[in-house]
Amino acid sequence: MTDKTILFTEEMRKTHTILIPTMLPMHFKMISSILNASGYKTELLDNLNSRELTECGLKYVHNDTCYPAILVIGQFINALQSGKYDIDHVALILMQTGGGCRASNYISLLRKALKKAGFEKVPVISLNFTGVENHPGFQLTIPILHRMLYGVLYADLLMLLKNQCLPYEMNKGDSENLAGRLTEELAAELAHTKRLKYKDILKNYLRIIEAFKAVPCKRTNKVKVGIVGEIFVKYSPLGNNNLEKFLIGEGAEVVVPGLLDFCLYCVYNGLVDTKLYGINKLKSGFTKIAYRFLIKKQKDIIKAVKNNSDFTPPGYFDHTRTLVKGYINLGTKMGEGWLLCAEMLELVEMGVKNIVCTQPFGCLPNHIAGKGMMKPIKEKNPDVNIVAIDYDPGATQINQENRIKLMLANVKTSDPLPEKEPAAARS
Amino acid sequence: MVECQTKLNGITQTTIGIDVGSTTAKVVVVENEHVIYERYERHFSQVRAKILEMITDISDILANKTLKIAVSGSAGMGLANAAGLPFVQEVFATGETVKLIAPDTSVVIELGGEDAKVIFFKGGTDERMNGSCAGGTGAFIDQMATLLDVTNEEMDALSLLHKRIYPIASRCGVFAKSDIQPLLNQGASKSDIAASIYQAVVNQTIAGLAQGRKIEGKVMFLGGPLYYCKGLRERFAETLKLSEENALFPSYARYSVALGTAIFANKQNRSFTYDELVSSLENATVAKVNRSNLKPLFASKEEYDAFVARHSRATVKTADSASYSGDVYLGIDCGSTTTKLVLMTKEQEILYSYYDSNKGNPVEIIREQLNEIYQKFGDKITIRGSAVTGYGEELIKHAFHVDEGLVETMAHFTAAKHFNPQVDFILDIGGQDIKCFKVRKNSIDSIMLNEACSSGCGSFIETFAKSMGYGTEEFTKKGLFAKAPVDLGTRCTVFMNSSVKQAQKDGATVEDISAGLSMSVVKNAIYKVIRASSADELGEQIVVQGGTFLNDAVLRCFETEIGREVIRPQIAGLMGAYGAALFAQSRSKGSSSLLTKEQLSRFTHTSKAATCNGCGNHCRLTINIFSDNERFISGNQCEKGAGISPKNVETLPNLFAYKRDKLAALPEGDGNLGVIGLPLALGMYELAPLWHGIFTYLGFKVVFSGFSSRSLYIKGQYSIPSDTACYPAKIMHGHMETLIEKDVDAIFYPCLTYNLDEKISDNHYNCPVVAYYPELLSSNMESLQKTIFLYPYLNINNQNELARGLCACLERFLLKIPMPKMKAAVKHGFACYDQWMKDVRNAGKEAIEYAEKHNKRIMVLAGRPYHIDPEISHGIDKLANTLGFVVVSEDSISAFAKPPQTNVLNQWTYHARLYAAAKYAAEHENMEFVQLVSFGCGVDAITTDEVRSILESHNRLYTQIKIDEITNLGAVKIRLRSLLGALSNRDEQ
Repeated sequence: MTDKTILFTEEMRKTHTILIPTMLPMHFKMISSILNASGYKTELLDNLNSRELTECGLKYVHNDTCYPAILVIGQFINALQSGKYDIDHVALILMQTGGGCRASNYISLLRKALKKAGFEKVPVISLNFTGVENHPGFQLTIPILHRMLYGVLYADLLMLLKNQCLPYEMNKGDSENLAGRLTEELAAELAHTKRLKYKDILKNYLRIIEAFKAVPCKRTNKVKVGIVGEIFVKYSPLGNNNLEKFLIGEGAEVVVPGLLDFCLYCVYNGLVDTKLYGINKLKSGFTKIAYRFLIKKQKDIIKAVKNNSDFTPPGYFDHTRTLVKGYINLGTKMGEGWLLCAEMLELVEMGVKNIVCTQPFGCLPNHIAGKGMMKPIKEKNPDVNIVAIDYDPGATQINQENRIKLMLANVKTSDPLPEKEPAAARS
Repeated sequence: MVECQTKLNGITQTTIGIDVGSTTAKVVVVENEHVIYERYERHFSQVRAKILEMITDISDILANKTLKIAVSGSAGMGLANAAGLPFVQEVFATGETVKLIAPDTSVVIELGGEDAKVIFFKGGTDERMNGSCAGGTGAFIDQMATLLDVTNEEMDALSLLHKRIYPIASRCGVFAKSDIQPLLNQGASKSDIAASIYQAVVNQTIAGLAQGRKIEGKVMFLGGPLYYCKGLRERFAETLKLSEENALFPSYARYSVALGTAIFANKQNRSFTYDELVSSLENATVAKVNRSNLKPLFASKEEYDAFVARHSRATVKTADSASYSGDVYLGIDCGSTTTKLVLMTKEQEILYSYYDSNKGNPVEIIREQLNEIYQKFGDKITIRGSAVTGYGEELIKHAFHVDEGLVETMAHFTAAKHFNPQVDFILDIGGQDIKCFKVRKNSIDSIMLNEACSSGCGSFIETFAKSMGYGTEEFTKKGLFAKAPVDLGTRCTVFMNSSVKQAQKDGATVEDISAGLSMSVVKNAIYKVIRASSADELGEQIVVQGGTFLNDAVLRCFETEIGREVIRPQIAGLMGAYGAALFAQSRSKGSSSLLTKEQLSRFTHTSKAATCNGCGNHCRLTINIFSDNERFISGNQCEKGAGISPKNVETLPNLFAYKRDKLAALPEGDGNLGVIGLPLALGMYELAPLWHGIFTYLGFKVVFSGFSSRSLYIKGQYSIPSDTACYPAKIMHGHMETLIEKDVDAIFYPCLTYNLDEKISDNHYNCPVVAYYPELLSSNMESLQKTIFLYPYLNINNQNELARGLCACLERFLLKIPMPKMKAAVKHGFACYDQWMKDVRNAGKEAIEYAEKHNKRIMVLAGRPYHIDPEISHGIDKLANTLGFVVVSEDSISAFAKPPQTNVLNQWTYHARLYAAAKYAAEHENMEFVQLVSFGCGVDAITTDEVRSILESHNRLYTQIKIDEITNLGAVKIRLRSLLGALSNRDEQ
């Protein structure tokens, strides 16, 4: 941040529309609704032609930058160039962790790119919890954060259950439609309810669970495939060439860890810093409270799923984090860090032995926490089947799919063989 | 008689296995447990037609039978889907074959057209394929054969005669080319190069796919390249130290996937009749996917004609060769893949010219050409001057006594000025490289060359043309009127191969692909090399040249993409040579030293290999000996190797060397607490004085792994899990092996999330690789179990915390040390470190003073502390010295400047120094800033742009050099000499 950085001011709050990039559609929908009800004007970007966005990104961002930066910046600039928005009354928002990975610099790269494209006046808001940047007009107050948290929790649950129904649904599209409808309803509720009541939240968990239980499914034996990796390419269909859809088409059930785990990971790292380096001792009291609070929220969900359905609940974070012992130290905290390794081990423990580990080509933290951990994971769990897939503007889908097919071909014979769906159904 | 002499138990019914790889199609038919038919052919991307042809050709065998069939291979996937045939992944298919036929195999290594695979059978089956970035496959070998101008068979035969192996990168064809080209130009023998190419493939396979698992036991080699190339097999067997009975080269090597596919087919329930099979193949139209297309290059024939007419105006007059007599000037451009020669009259008209591939032996071609000139013109002409430019400049200059040598960029600029004195931007796309530079105030400014990864030049189109069965010219012409050019993006060749494959799968025509490739070359140049976002950034008066621009499709793409008309001289391919001739004329002293007709008739050239023992680098030299016993030595990194005694060379201050000497001089200490090993790589280069100080104070003996070398790298190569990490990280494996060999009690290399806070940045992180590489080492290096590996997470910004962390770590693994003693040790360590940094800064100051006193230029050779490693920077510091620069490092001067305000988050300690050093250099006229960037360094994608903008805001030049496993100093030299040329040009004004 320099003195020339265009800040998002108080006035802009009323006049400017904040554009939100694509990553996790359901989660971001919730967040957007909450912000809109709190005095901001936000809009989720809907330009999704990944080819076009990549082209645009490559024009304005250093080509050796990681793929997520190229895509997200490409999406912003492509949107600004579309003529759809009033350039004088639009702002952009981007998440910034402030860690040691170059992702902390996406925001600077975005500003540089905006300048190059002639949009230097467009303010960019940093969404961060570390104080790397502050914008007077954009303050995440406790009530907003509180609502956002529930938004993330709802969306995580929706994602979890949707993934467990979709491959088995009898009427094509049921699960997707249900998830979409519930997202709309819950987002509206979160945004407009005057006072959130814990009781109602718990009721909503049940409502989600019951709704998915009602989706007519034919439970067959399908291979479960876990997706882990760098946060953007793991979640965003834009970033991973529709990986989930491909896997489902190949006859698999997809298991993707939720966003809450990543939030917990970020908070927990603060505690680890204090333990390892003796820093931020003052802050750590608050961090501990926040951590326990989040853990409790996760338990609510796990309990709700366990007690009310046969769906597989997410793992307890407090347990997941212990799994990496003997693999990697909890001090490895750049990018997805130790969480990546932990999530692979969590999947293995849940019986999901087939894993796609996704990362942008040349992702620095994943050299260590991803590819670097495959050998010990495979050694200690010989029945595990992991494939690392790199995503990049130049990487072709055919290559990626061929490697995933190899992984699927290697599904251990003890598992049922995937039943392939007819080719026609996959277009 | 079939090759596949093997029994396939259990397959009785007639079963067909089809394997369609990236370049070839293989079909086997199995009946009564034996292969009754097999066929192996290139498919030239006509997958469906080829398979249909292969099936219908054997209708006599198949008709009236119930058939089982399956398809495999990367190009077979689409076909199987469209025709509704069972599909099996190819690596899995190979596994099936081996398990059935040779169950005692431990490892299979299979090389295909574009894939490399390794399957481990013993101790848990593990099947691996190369990732998305990997060369070292059949396509790579094809490319290399093209480069050597031999067939694959000839290359194989040559390789068996080799005497020595040169290091050649095999990550992708482009890298390797830049290693091979200089070797060729320096006169290394083709058989040595051929064997070295195979060795590169072997290294790539092991490094990329073994990933920590040892390849041992019975190893089976499969796939086309391994079937054909005896030399390659020899390299594998030798490198893996396999005895004859453990290296298996089965007769069915080429058909292993097809056989496995048949085995898979046999297990399927579905059967086909011959007619069903044929009709499903006939009806298998691969659906047109909504791939993104570009606009056609020309809307109409008229548009094309106008285009051609406009460009034909940029021409040089030619003199009549039959009638001309008088003075002439000779210009030679000995390029990477082509040799160009121009004979120019004093009116600057072209009397004679030559342009052709140098066929791997430029010396011979120039000899022929000179002979031709003497024959043709005899006494009618007098050569008044000659000049040579290009990769082979020095070799040719020595061989033929050429008067002048000049760096390529200057040659091109000289020629471009002839066409347009106002030229402000020149773009040259040659066979091997892209060069471009801006011209400001009549002098070269900001030179950009393609880095090893972004290449995609003339030879790139040539290789694709060939792989699709066309000549280059024919192929590119096809693109001119393509209806829907494919958008192939911008990436290096290996990626491009896959993009082309995908396009073919999606039904693109050859025309569309041709046009798409031309567009890729252009986009590569504009967005990857020049990094421009609009035409205005390039300039207004643009001259394009180089052989690749002779191709109208590329030229058209360029004009379309930048939205501006440019000048392409008709002699686009000869511009370097023409510029050299103009230069020769301007420098002519009236007579030329060029070999005369008589001298030429006695000309001989032999070359031999040698190793320089002048220093620890042990450069591999090629000694060229010409008639009259003139010698020219190449391959040397410094003047020593060139046969010049070091005494004659002025020793200029060199902070890289200073720091290396200082590190080498650290005493081991005589402690008796035990031996601690410190790997001299990554962050250790910075913190060695700290850790050394602490451990010697405590009473340990401290042993370093020493500076890196190529062989040290190879030693640890097998345990690298992620091949795309940077070289400074990957070399760490070799350092650990070295320390283990030294039998130390423990190895210490801590994890440091945070580096030292020098208070000049927003944050003070290490990059993720420096911070956590020990985790990766610990998880992937089995040999570390032989010792104790200490990699605690430490806080080095707080002495108490550091002492606490060290105490805890040592107590757990070695011995208990009382906290007060540790505190004292830490204090001592920091005193050592502070003194060290003070010394470095003083040395920096002295170097600057020396330069000022002796009126020398200073090069700020900036990177990371570990870039001073001689194996990582490949002697670039010494090269700078020989070019007359005083060399200082970024950390020796970063403290002298007030840290600049950056446009990016200044989050890393080492990089904060870069910014500060750049600012300091920018403010001092006698300093030039050259940034070293390791290939694969994600962080530098951010820093390079920022450093450039710091320098350019002060109106200063920025030079970036990418370094990797193998870096061709020739290219670096061109860069630095161009920089010098630009500087002296600026001085003259």
